[in-house]
Amino acid sequence: MGRNTTPKQDWMLLIGFSVVLLAAPFLLTPVGAGYPDLLQKFAIFGIFALGFNILFGLTGYLSFGHAAFLGVGSYAAVWTFKLFSMNPILALIVATVIGGLFSVIIGFVSLRRSGIYFSILTLALAQMSYNMAYSVATPITNGETGLQLAQSDPRILDVAFGRDYGAVLPSSDLFGIHMNGYPGFYFCAVIFIACFFLSMRIFRSPFGMMLRAVKSNQNRMSYTGLNVRPYTLAAFVISGMYAGLAGGLMAVTDPLAGAERMQWTASGEVVLMTILGGAGTLLGPVIGAGVIKYFENIFSAFNEGVLTQLFDFLPAFLQHAMVSVSSLFVGEGWHLTLGALFMVIVIFLPGGLMEGFNRIRSLVARLLRRDTEEPEKPDPIERVPEPAE
Amino acid sequence: MDDILLQILNGLDKGGAYALIALGLTIIFGTLGVVNFAHGALFMLGAFCAVAVKSLLGFEKVVLDPTKLTAWGTPVEIRTPYIEAWFGDFGTQMLNFSVPVSIIIAIPVMLLVGIIMERGLIRHFYKRPHAEQILVTFGLAIVLQEIVKSQFGANPIPQPAPEIAKGMVDFGAMIGLQAGGVVYPAWRLIYFLFSLLVIGAVFSFLQFTTFGMVVRAGMADRETVGLLGIDIDRRFTIVFGIAAVVAGLAGVMYTPILSPDYHMGMDFLVLSFVVVVVGGMGSLPGAVVAGFLLGIVQSFASMNEVKAIIPGIDQIIIYLIAVVILLVRPRGLMGRKGVMEQ
Repeated sequence: MGRNTTPKQDWMLLIGFSVVLLAAPFLLTPVGAGYPDLLQKFAIFGIFALGFNILFGLTGYLSFGHAAFLGVGSYAAVWTFKLFSMNPILALIVATVIGGLFSVIIGFVSLRRSGIYFSILTLALAQMSYNMAYSVATPITNGETGLQLAQSDPRILDVAFGRDYGAVLPSSDLFGIHMNGYPGFYFCAVIFIACFFLSMRIFRSPFGMMLRAVKSNQNRMSYTGLNVRPYTLAAFVISGMYAGLAGGLMAVTDPLAGAERMQWTASGEVVLMTILGGAGTLLGPVIGAGVIKYFENIFSAFNEGVLTQLFDFLPAFLQHAMVSVSSLFVGEGWHLTLGALFMVIVIFLPGGLMEGFNRIRSLVARLLRRDTEEPEKPDPIERVPEPAE
Repeated sequence: MDDILLQILNGLDKGGAYALIALGLTIIFGTLGVVNFAHGALFMLGAFCAVAVKSLLGFEKVVLDPTKLTAWGTPVEIRTPYIEAWFGDFGTQMLNFSVPVSIIIAIPVMLLVGIIMERGLIRHFYKRPHAEQILVTFGLAIVLQEIVKSQFGANPIPQPAPEIAKGMVDFGAMIGLQAGGVVYPAWRLIYFLFSLLVIGAVFSFLQFTTFGMVVRAGMADRETVGLLGIDIDRRFTIVFGIAAVVAGLAGVMYTPILSPDYHMGMDFLVLSFVVVVVGGMGSLPGAVVAGFLLGIVQSFASMNEVKAIIPGIDQIIIYLIAVVILLVRPRGLMGRKGVMEQ
């Protein structure tokens, strides 16, 4: 991601992104990802990672508690369904706002410290929210059962507009279009594109510049007389709102909410998505989210039978060894793969896939240049005379 | 009075575990400047050392006795652990004392694990940003956890305490109160004493040995120690190993109190971080004091009388305290100015 892109290039990127996303059902069918449930996940976690990237990628503040906002957004959306209307737009607005409010509280406390303290604080506060969802807040969260819709919910607005769902459990619908399957995906995709656009505007804005300055040297920024806290808090709240929105979308596509969404492993997952794709780049988190969800889907489906077939070409004893080793990593063991991937990426490619692409591109460019023309003799260094004072 | 004493006792064993893990975290943080998110996994590995030793000791020889028949008409199987067959009563005692015996095994194992971890992974992250240190140790924690899960399964595996320590101790009578007022499980008391012992050992190691002196000097100013011709990196590797042993021992001895499962480390890790923050990052006494303090506070919060006033407070009290401390005293109880500010 070049820092100095022109507005035209940005528009091209946005258009390209939208086209790819909207055509995803066709593009991804050959690799076995062309079905709506998975595509919805791509979009939802893409939004989540985009938001996380605004905080982590730009300011460098590593939050380990972002799943809390995701969970809160889900709860808020389901409550909106229950109390007001099955219209997803209202639910998403509420989810975003509640996610934002929640992140104001957590951000206000945890942004008093930076660095490791900040990570630990966000982790602790998120874990506290998770515990509360199981204990104190059970009237709101319905504890371990999870929050579900019921036929007897009031749904004030739906009733006021004369919508009756009859004897079936209602599902969320946008003026009559049900939010599951492909309509659900396209609904998510449109929101995803809007979020991407917003994220792009933030990256290019003076505000985004400020956030980058926080990352590169916070002290120097304070010395120039700027108060850093409002900027970091704003970034934190924006990313909290993204997470709330993503949580809301989860509830829209599948109207129930459980506390396990708030667990810190979920927070770790979004960190991994962002890192894997490339923190601080615009497209990176989106790619990271896609890759992780895709491989989660594939790896979880593997089992020993499939593996045995896969290694069929090997001699029997090798086949057995390969199957028993690799079966650790698939199916139930997907988390092991996730953890190992985490380590490999951080150790060898801290800039993520985007950095990898860039490296390969520059490598290829260099090779091509060498092929076509002999390296020119280096110009004698031109000495520009210092202008006389 | 008795109730209060009982709650304090209740807090002490959990507080002991918090203190031991937080102590190791602080040592690593103070010496290497690395936040070790895998420290909870070390605690868990220690606990599974006990599980492994127990199952190794418990290998059984199966003999069919054709003279006796079961209700199904098959010969009765007589199972005797090999260790009993070989060593007789001594073997029986070994089995009985499997948890304390595990300590002997756990110390070298954890030392090795710690040294391999430091040499193989953490070493390359000294100069990297804190965020990457956190992330790589987090990944390692997941990997360790999943490996244990694949070997030992996802269910908790109960570990019995030795017969002699299974009963209750009339603690009230011991300190001269009315007999029968404060009765407490013996193993939990042992755990508390054990944690004090380990803490004492670590402190005296750092305080009274030359090695400890060099380590403390390295914590204060690493470069100068290096300039004096001391290979501080090698010492720090051993320090990491010691921190791993401390966490591992905390895990081994905790198994009779809480049946180990693969995610126990993560649960304790988050709380231990809070303990470190409350105690003051980089302060060893702070970690210990805050560990016991939070353990006791938590046990008071889980009293029914307290829960009647504020329901669910036991789940969140520790986090609330951490938030309050951070707002009022951002450096923690015993943190010093300038230490680990960034």
